Parts: sequence; C-alpha cells; structure tokens
Amino acid sequence: MSQPIDIDIDVAGGPARPPLPGAPRPGVLRRLLRKPAAAVSLAFVAVVAVAGALAPQLTANSPTASEIANALAPMGGNHPLGTDGVGRDVLAQLLYGSRTSLTGALIVVAVSLLIGLPAGVLAGYHRGWFDGLANWLGSLVMALPAIIVLLVVLAQWGRSTALAMTVFGFLIAPGVFRLVRSSVIAVREELYVDAARVSGLGDARIMRRHILPVVVAPTVIQASQLLGIAIVIQAGLEFLGLGSANQASWGGMLSNAFQNVYFAPRLLLWPALAIVLTVTAFCLIGNALRDALGAADAGRRARRRTDAAAGPVVTAAHDAAAQDPPADALLAVQDLHAAYPRPDGTESVVVQGVSLTVRRGEILGLVGESGSGKSQTAFSVLGLLPPQARTSATRLLFDGQDLRGLSPAAMNKLRGRRIGYIPQEPMSNLDPSFRIGAQLTEPMRHHLGLSRAQARTEALRLLERVGIADPARVFASYPHQVSGGMAQRVLIAGAVSCDPDLLIADEPTTALDVTVQAEVLDLLRELQAERRMGVILVTHDFGVVADLCDTVAVMQSGRIVETAPATELFAAPRHPYTRMLLDATLEDSTPRSARAVATPAAPSRSVLDLGGDR
Amino acid sequence: MTAAHPLLEADRVLVDYPVKGWRRPPFRALKGISLTVGAGETVGLVGESGSGKTTLGRAILGLAPVTGGEIRFEGRTISGLGKRERRALSKDIQVVFQDPYTSLNPAMSVGDILTEPLLVDGISRAEAERRVRSLLDEVHLPADAARRLPREFSGGQRQRVAIARALSRDPRLIVCDEPVSALDLSTQSRVLDLLIEIQELTGVAYLFVTHDLSVVRHISHRVAVMYRGEIVEEGDAATVTSEPAHPYTRRLLLAAPVPDPARQAGRRAERHRFLAAQAAPDH
Amino acid sequence: MSLFLLRRLGAGLVLVFVIATATFFLTSVTGSDPARRIAGTQASAAQVIAKRHELGLDRPVLTRYTDWLSHAVRGDLGTSWFSNQPVTGLVGQALPVSLSLVLAATVLTAAVSIVLGVVAAVRGGWVDHVLQSISIVAFAVPNFLVGMVLALLLAVELGLFPAVGYVPLAGDPAGWLASITLPSIALAVGAIATVASQTRGSMIDVLRQDYVRTLRSRGLPVRSVLLKHALRNAAPTSLTVLSLQFIALIGGAVVIEKVFGLTGIGARATSAASQGDVPLVLGIVVVTVVLVVVVNLLVDVVLGWLNPKVRIA
Repeated sequence: MSQPIDIDIDVAGGPARPPLPGAPRPGVLRRLLRKPAAAVSLAFVAVVAVAGALAPQLTANSPTASEIANALAPMGGNHPLGTDGVGRDVLAQLLYGSRTSLTGALIVVAVSLLIGLPAGVLAGYHRGWFDGLANWLGSLVMALPAIIVLLVVLAQWGRSTALAMTVFGFLIAPGVFRLVRSSVIAVREELYVDAARVSGLGDARIMRRHILPVVVAPTVIQASQLLGIAIVIQAGLEFLGLGSANQASWGGMLSNAFQNVYFAPRLLLWPALAIVLTVTAFCLIGNALRDALGAADAGRRARRRTDAAAGPVVTAAHDAAAQDPPADALLAVQDLHAAYPRPDGTESVVVQGVSLTVRRGEILGLVGESGSGKSQTAFSVLGLLPPQARTSATRLLFDGQDLRGLSPAAMNKLRGRRIGYIPQEPMSNLDPSFRIGAQLTEPMRHHLGLSRAQARTEALRLLERVGIADPARVFASYPHQVSGGMAQRVLIAGAVSCDPDLLIADEPTTALDVTVQAEVLDLLRELQAERRMGVILVTHDFGVVADLCDTVAVMQSGRIVETAPATELFAAPRHPYTRMLLDATLEDSTPRSARAVATPAAPSRSVLDLGGDR
Repeated sequence: MTAAHPLLEADRVLVDYPVKGWRRPPFRALKGISLTVGAGETVGLVGESGSGKTTLGRAILGLAPVTGGEIRFEGRTISGLGKRERRALSKDIQVVFQDPYTSLNPAMSVGDILTEPLLVDGISRAEAERRVRSLLDEVHLPADAARRLPREFSGGQRQRVAIARALSRDPRLIVCDEPVSALDLSTQSRVLDLLIEIQELTGVAYLFVTHDLSVVRHISHRVAVMYRGEIVEEGDAATVTSEPAHPYTRRLLLAAPVPDPARQAGRRAERHRFLAAQAAPDH
Repeated sequence: MSLFLLRRLGAGLVLVFVIATATFFLTSVTGSDPARRIAGTQASAAQVIAKRHELGLDRPVLTRYTDWLSHAVRGDLGTSWFSNQPVTGLVGQALPVSLSLVLAATVLTAAVSIVLGVVAAVRGGWVDHVLQSISIVAFAVPNFLVGMVLALLLAVELGLFPAVGYVPLAGDPAGWLASITLPSIALAVGAIATVASQTRGSMIDVLRQDYVRTLRSRGLPVRSVLLKHALRNAAPTSLTVLSLQFIALIGGAVVIEKVFGLTGIGARATSAASQGDVPLVLGIVVVTVVLVVVVNLLVDVVLGWLNPKVRIA
C-alpha cells in the first residue's frame, strides 16, 4: 500500500501516554490475583513451568531410560512414583513431560498469534481484497480436522512434536484471525474512531490509540484457552504414537498406561492429573481475565442507564389518609417504589413514591427527562421490570383488581389481553425470526381462543385499521422487510389486538421521523377514542403531550412533581421544574437569522497556508 | 483574503454507496447537492432519516466517498484528497457527532481525548495541559474534568467535551451532526447556547445537521431542507422555518407538534387540511 | 434461497478441489522416496526403480496429478500402495464406523447442549455456576481419557457395554447402539462443553432483547417466549458452533477409535500415515473434506430456515 507511514514519535515528555484500555495493566494482574481461582491457577502453572525447567535437578532418573527388568515397579525407593510398562521412571517422565507440554503450547500460541493477529487487524481495518482473501483462506483451513492434517504432515516429515505444534498453530490461527477481525471491525465503526480521523490522526496512531487496545483483551483471553487446547491436542498426538521419539510426554505416558490399563491402572493417574489440572488452570485464568478485563466493558454497557436518584430507599410515610381512588379509576397506583440492588449492597432507587390514576378513556402523559423514572414506572405497572428489580406500592389496582402479588400466570392473563403495551423502538421490538402475521396472531389465539383462520382475518383487519395499505403483504413479511414507521403501526396493532382497557405507550413516536410521528399520533388518538381506552403515554416531548394528553404528570428523579390537566399545565405550570422544562422548549425562540453574522475574531489565513504539505 | 471564495462550497456533490449483491446499481445518497457556508455563519441542514443530510456532513469530513461534483474549502478542492492532505485539513474542519456516548473513547480520560488532536502538531506536555485547561473553561466544564473518564459525565457534559475536542485546534468550520438530538430538553438549549457563544467568540462556522426545525431555527442563519438526497428549499432561517415555500418543508413544519394544546390543535387541523389539499386530484 | 445454496455448493466444491490439490502436491513432492520405503531398506537399486515404475512415480508429477484427479471425480481414488486394494473400498469399509460415531456424538452434543445452555441461561444462580464448572472440566479432560475411564468403569468393571469393537447397524441395531454408546459419549464431552456455553451465552443475549419484553407484554406463556421465540433466535449461533465442533469431532474420532479398537477412518488414517501410504492418505483427506462440506451445506439450509434475512436476500 502506498499510503504514508505515520511514524509515531512521542515528543519529549509529550502529552500523557495513551492509556491501554483492557490491556493487562498492573491493575488487571492485581485484580486477577485477588480472585482465588485465578491465583491458585497461576501458581499451579508456575509450579508446572518450574518443574519442567528444573527437571534435571529434581530427579536423578532419565525419563527415557527403560529398565525392562524393573517394569511396572510400584511407588517408592528409587522410583518415587514407580515405573511404567517398559520400566521408565514415572516421576522423571512427568517432570520432563511438563517441559514438552508447555513448550508445545507456547509454540501453538506464538504461531497462531503471529499469523492471526496481524492478519485480523489488517483485514478488519482495511477490509477490501485482503479481507476477502484472508477470510476465504481461514474458512478453508477451518474445514480441515486438525488431527488428520497433522497425520499427513507427520507422515511426510517424520514424527516431531515441535513440527506438529507449529502446524497446529497454523490450523488454529483462523480462530484468532476471526476474533481479532471482528473486534477491529466493531471499533472501527465507533464514532470516536471517525472523530480521531477527523482530528487528523494517521492510521498508525489510530491503530495504537484506539484499535489495538480493544483487541488486546479478547486476544489474551483466547490465548489462555489456546494454551489449554494445545496441550490436549498434543496429548492426543502423543497418545497415537506420533510425538517426537525419545522425548518424555504426558500423552506418551497415557499411551503406555493404556497398554497396561488392566495391570496398572494407576499409571493413568499422574499424566491424567497433569493434563487436566494444567488445562483447567489455563481455562480458569482465561475466565478470570475475562472478568477482570470485562469490567471496562460492563461500564460501557451500563452507561445507557443513568441512575435516577441515589441513596437508600426512603420508606415513605404511609399516608393513612390516602385518598381513595375515584370510582371510575381504571388504574390506581399509590406510593410506588422501584429499586435495583447495587453490587456494593446498597440500592439504586429509580421510582420513589409515585401515585397516579388513569380513568377509562383518559390519556395520562408521563413526562420527564432521561432517568426520571417514567419508563420504570410504566414497566412496574406492566410487571415487566427485570427480575432483580424490587418494587413495592401501597396500592396497585387495575379495574378493581390488586396487581400486587399476582402470580405470573395471572399477570399474563392481563398483559396483552386487558393491558396493551407499545414500545419505543419499532425495529428491535419485533421478533426478527417470525413473520409479522405470526406475531400478530399468536396473542389473539392465546387470549381469545381464535382459530388460525379467524386470527388471520382479524390481524388483516387490524393492519388495515392502523393504516397499512397492503395488509396481506405486511402480514406475510418479516420485520426486516418493512420500514420503521410501518413496524410501529404493526406494534400498535399488536397492542390493541385483544381490545385492552389500558394502553401503556413508552415513547411510542420517539424513534420515528417527525412526519411519521404525526401520523402515528393521529392513529393513537383515533384508536383511543373509538375504544375508550385509558392510556399512559410516556414521553419527553411536550409537543406530543400537547397533541394527545388530557392529564399530565411531570416526573423528576423518580418522583412526580406536578400533576395537572394538560391545558392548565401548559397555561400555568406550578412547579419550578415544570416551568424550567417548558422554558427550555425552542418552539418560540427568536430565529437566529435575525442577528448579524459574527465577525471572525482572527483574520483568515491565506489558502496557501492550508496544507503545508508540498 | 478569501472574499472571492465562500469558506465551504459544495458543488453538485454526488455520493454513491455500493449495494450488496451481484450487479446491483449503487445507492445514490446525494443527488447533486450544492451549498455554501460562509465564514462565521451557521447553515442548518434539515431533513428526515434517509434524506442524505448526515451523508453530506460526512462527505465534507472526508468520511463518505464523493463520486461526483466537488467540495471546496476556501476555493481549494478538498473532495478526493489523499490521506496526508486530508489530515492537514483537520486543523480547519472539525466535527461534533450526535451520540455523545460513542463519540468519546470510553477508556481514555477527558484530558487524553482533548489532547488527541494536538498530537498531530506535536506539542509539549505543559502546552497541552494549558490548552486542555482553556478548552474546558471555554465549554464551561471544571478543570478537574481532564482527569476523569467520559462515563463519569452526563450526556450534555460529554457533548461539551466533544465540542472542546472540535475546538482544540481553532478550526474554521465545525460539522455538527445532530449534536443535541440525543440530549434532554433542558440540556439541549444550554448546549445550543454554548455553540452560539463560541461562534460569536471565535468566528467559527457551523454546518448544523438536524431533523428538528425548532433547533435549526434557534441556531442557524440560513437553512437548507433536504429530501431524498436533494435540497428542496434553501434560504433565510426565519423564512424557511415559519413560511416555507416547498410543500415538503411545509409538511415537516406542520408535523412538528407545538407544546401548547390549543395551538397544537390548530396546527393539527391545518396539517390535515394541507394533506387533504395535497391529495386532491387537481394538485 | 436456492441461489444462495447453489453459491454455497460451488464454494464447497472449490474447497474440496483446493484441499485435494494441496494435499496431493504436499504428499507427492516432499518427504522421503516412497518407492524406497515400500521396497524396503534391503532392496537393490533396480528393485526400487521397478517399484517406482509400478507405482507410476516415474511419471512427471503433473501427469500423476491430472491422472489422479480425472479418476477421483469419477469416484476412483486410486489403489493403496500397501494392501493393493482400491482406496474407495478401504475408505468405504471404514466410513460407516466413523460416521456412526461422529453422527451419534453430534446428535448427543446438540441435544444435551441445548438443554444445558437454556437451563443455565434461564435459571441462572447456582444451576448456572454448576453447569459452568462442569463445562470447564469437560473442556480440560481429553476425550480419549474420558473414553479410557468409561471403558474401564462401564465396560470392564460393570460389563454394561462392550469395551472394544464395532457392530454394523444393519445386522444388529441394539448391538450397534451398544458398541457406539461409550465412544460417542467420550467423543461428545468436550463438544458439549463448548456448544452448551455458546448456547447459554446467546440465550442470555436474546433474552435481553427488546422484543422478548414485548412478547412478554403480550401475555404469551413463558414456554412460548423461551422455547419458541428466544431459542429460535439463539439457535443460529449455536448451530454455527456445532458445525465447527463437527469438524473437531471427526478429528477427535481418530483418537477415540484407537481407545475402543474401532477400525474407522481414524484407524485407517493413522496406519496409512505411519506407513506413508499416499493414495490412502489422500483418499481419506478428500472423503473427510467432502463430509465437512456436506454437513456445512446442511447447516446452511437450516440456518436459512432459521434466519429469514439469509433466506430472503
């Protein structure tokens, strides 16, 4: 490739060193050692390595010298662990064998990393023809059973464990390649890499600062597993009698033990223990690494959920004089709390003391900013919070029925049947593997006991009702074949399919384009009017509230700060937070174009100064 | 001086994306876009998803392939530049992305993120620290923010970090790709006001890509409305956002709900009348 | 869909061709002189030359290659250098043994992994911990060791199963089942560990998806949400891993066949490789790769059925 190479020279005492996220920094090792399983495993591997390195010092016996006369000698005396079927010292074989095993495993990891890592980075970062070629070669190699290839190679070039392990490293390199490639592709798509590129960073710098750090963690984890796999494969080859001649090995010991299994099954024990424990140790180290390195990852995933309010659950003073809900209340919630346990034992409270009522035919807007607990409130009513969530309420009545402590089966009879739910993201809320028709008919057949044909007719009618021009085509389509707006109509059809009394809509138009949003809002208004449903509309958009809602409840930090009829709330907001939110809407701000264009503070440089690269 | 040339000029820009599949024609995301941005000016680019507004921003940044036409910066053609020349241009053209969660590397401290663009010039540690302090001050973040990780900040604060990063080398133009649409309402207006304040201070120009007419009206001097890869209407922000000429812009405006029940009822009725008129056979 | 399968079939044929060619040249061009090896160290130079002529090794390598290839496409994989029997027949005799073993192990792996993976994903808690610990151990114990222990305990000590030998399916189905039970369990253990933890992972991912919550909001029974919707969406990943494990099982069978004294492909391959019987080695590689290609095609069909995005391009 002809692109200039970006040589990275750190200016003397230059800006802070680029951090290596996920790279095994000292902190990671310390975290690793704090886990007992990992500490023991690391210690065990160290012992095996030392035993292999110091084998000549640890035993006077040769691992290969056989005393036929002294075959199958018991433990003790000159042979602490006895001798094998041809009179070789078991302890010596075990010690020297660890040398063979670990060396072989290191060869495998080294070869596979040397090939897989650069190829994966290159293919993932530059894509193009190299990516295609490398992928094809990878799938070619992966279609070959390793042992058969090794048999062929060893037959051609003679028995050699080192050769076998080198070839095995080649054979397993596609695994490393794929892993590295996919993590590189994932990072490459991140906006921060685009930002780095726009900042003028060269490929080499982007690679070092943003791409490689992300690749390190999964590669280290995989390498520790490869060490284990290599030891098992190597033992298999040696067991088949294909290891280097005149070299002690655990697999060779097993092979000998197998021949004498009826006379001295104890011979199986030592090599078996050595193999199983070493591989388990590598596996445990890999798992611990995953946990230790994954911490950053978990943080990344958790970032989307901002905690609403900190602090312990305040047991709300139970208002003895709590007013009874109005007689025509469809849903009456009082003093609802929801909290999630934190790893440190405290709780993160997301809903604290919410009380609200929805009448039949009323649309209640639940408004708030992100993290205000509005969606959590909606899911609490639906009983769809994650299992670790803790909820409580002094009253949770739906049409006179107490929802608290309702069995999952009883709740399932209400959900979908009498309480409908419309989610926010249309595309991610349809099961991608089933046709839209199947997803619409399944609840109707389950709740209403319709036949397949009846459910189909009903679903087509619903699709038509929600404004889909070609119901039959959409019925037979998969979710990925329809647009976002269409998918949201399908989800609305699903929510009202069993004629619910209460509809809970969680930001139903947020993911839609504004013109589609207007149509969906019209649809919701019509459906609500013709079915006289009570509706909880969760939204952050006061425009949507103004369009649809009768009553508004404003949420902040898990609490409802103000509830009022919509016209009143917009005309005269009482709570300062509501006033702040309404003031922040840009609808009536003065257009900027009235003002003058700002004059540049510094004089423009000439065009020639721009590049400085010629 | 550059009086003869506008700061940025897009001239009949075409962008094609290859479509997966054998011998399928490529997808044309931009169908000959022409647009100018003057020094110190904000041009709003409004449109719905799939209109090509983000693609135009990316084409200017060199992140989308320009298949036809030209993009000029101060009269110099910048579409189809080599990697090295493109990098040199990074001093003048910068970006603020939509998602403040993925546009900052979660593993780097805010200080490291802000120094990153300065690495290209190669500056001393002391100079870098001084610069980071002044950048944080410029976007109204505390000085100790430099030592913290992005995940310790709220969405609005992260977007301030992203703005500071864009400002670090005193660019002439910042492409703002939906910079406030992932933010809460109250944060949104504060970030917009920050952008305006910075513009008045430094004279930087913005190409402001958004789907939200009220946002564009608040921050832009001029507005271009995009629909399916084309600009359907362009003009003074106040005019375009209150008395649009093109039916599509009109549809966009009438579809945006007003936070006032009575006025929204009126707008809704007007929208229904408009759509009925559009659908009428004589139209 | 059919176009997609045709493309995959074409890619599979190319794969077989490339690997066969590579193996042919690897075994023909490198290594020691096979004629000398077969004639024996005592043989005179003239005997070696005669042997070389008999085996056709005195012809240019390209001629040998085109000759071999033109026969191979018609199903004739040549003649063994040692037993003088047709390779196709030798492989044909061994194939049912290995296929029984590998297919039984695959079925076992699929069945056990799905149950373990789903239970671990849904139950979580201690069930999950126990299953994960077991899978680490299963990963760490070489399958031939499992085989030896099973043979010792269940066959030799308790006499529940035969310790060695294969019984053809056609004559005695019960005997056949008994003869492959222990070998296929031994073979499957490692694969189960891998596929089960993959299934667990993808089930957990799917259960976090928005559409699962939406399905629950429709009041569908837990059984339908888990086994119909979630499992269906988790299946493609598991199936892909299973198809890779199938290749590993073919390799693993080589060692397991030795433990249980089965004369399958693996035993043939081991002896052919140690003797340097190039035509037989070549034949075994070709048949193995064809097997892998066929299974991959089947997997593609199932994946297409599971994933509408593949099916409807």
